[in-house]
Amino acid sequence: MPTTEKTLDEILTLAAIHFKVPREKLSPDDDFFKALGIDSLQTLDLLTKLENHFHVELPDYELQGVSDFRTLADKIQARL
Amino acid sequence: MNTTPVTKRGQTMSYSVHEGVLELALNRAPCNEIGSLSLEDLESFSAALQELEPQLHAVIIHSERKAGFCAGADLRELYDRSQAMEKKAAIRGVRDFLERIHRVLNTIDASALTTIAAVQGVTFGGGLELALACDLIIADKTARFAFPELRLGLIPGFGGIPRLKRDVGNAVVRDLLLTGRSFNVTKAQQIGLASQVVGEGEALRAARATAAQVGKFDRQTSAAAKQFIKPIPNDELKKEIDIFCELFERPAVQAGLKKFVESTNAQPYLP
Repeated sequence: MPTTEKTLDEILTLAAIHFKVPREKLSPDDDFFKALGIDSLQTLDLLTKLENHFHVELPDYELQGVSDFRTLADKIQARL
Repeated sequence: MNTTPVTKRGQTMSYSVHEGVLELALNRAPCNEIGSLSLEDLESFSAALQELEPQLHAVIIHSERKAGFCAGADLRELYDRSQAMEKKAAIRGVRDFLERIHRVLNTIDASALTTIAAVQGVTFGGGLELALACDLIIADKTARFAFPELRLGLIPGFGGIPRLKRDVGNAVVRDLLLTGRSFNVTKAQQIGLASQVVGEGEALRAARATAAQVGKFDRQTSAAAKQFIKPIPNDELKKEIDIFCELFERPAVQAGLKKFVESTNAQPYLP
């Protein structure tokens, strides 16, 4: 199983590529809505990308209130 | 091979015929929310489907919006209209809307043609119900499905529960309905909802290839096979409208709709 740090790094890289944001501009504690400039439909797109990448199922109610990459990584790590 | 040049462009969608296939392209920003204009266009499409049926072998329903296939009912319009009229008139209006869209979806569901939903992105609520009326769902990897209606104090109203129950196990129906959660194509294929999963942006191409394949078979045989294997759950569909209208009367629903339309939260709406 990958470490939380590796999971976090993969999330940041995936988000940077998909939403065309320079990787170096994203930090673990960033609010990803602001950092990526995404709306609710794009958030669902990100959720799908993460599920496909990590081969996990993330019920969206578990992500309620989650807005930073680090907490998102913790949620994914718990399902790996 | 039929090449009848039929094309009609409505305000929220358009349809055309190519080589025996009637293609309906949804196109209303942001994500094909179904309101009164969409319903009029769907009724026009439904009439064309019945008229052209003898010349065709398949129907494809797809979206021209990158965000998704369809995000469901236009909740903003539903809220605004229900606020602008007396409660009884609002409920009558909702029932009339539901009965009209049920007629459209029942026509698609019972059509003698092979019907295919080519979906991507958000396929929620009424969008999933539209897809479920089709014989096959072909989804690309971005597709996401949900019945979020319980978040608003409602149940799906466009025939979603009886049609989902027809296609997948009841435990899955309860999970999706009672949690309101969304799920991806991997799950959709596992539970038997999506018949094909394709790469991003490939759903329409795959649907056209599938339509060409079904066109090789005798239409009468295909229609008989479909009628045998895909019964229309008429009693449950009628019951669903009654339950929806009963629930719609409650103040909690108006509060839920108000919260939804006034929300500026970037996250998907959750209570």
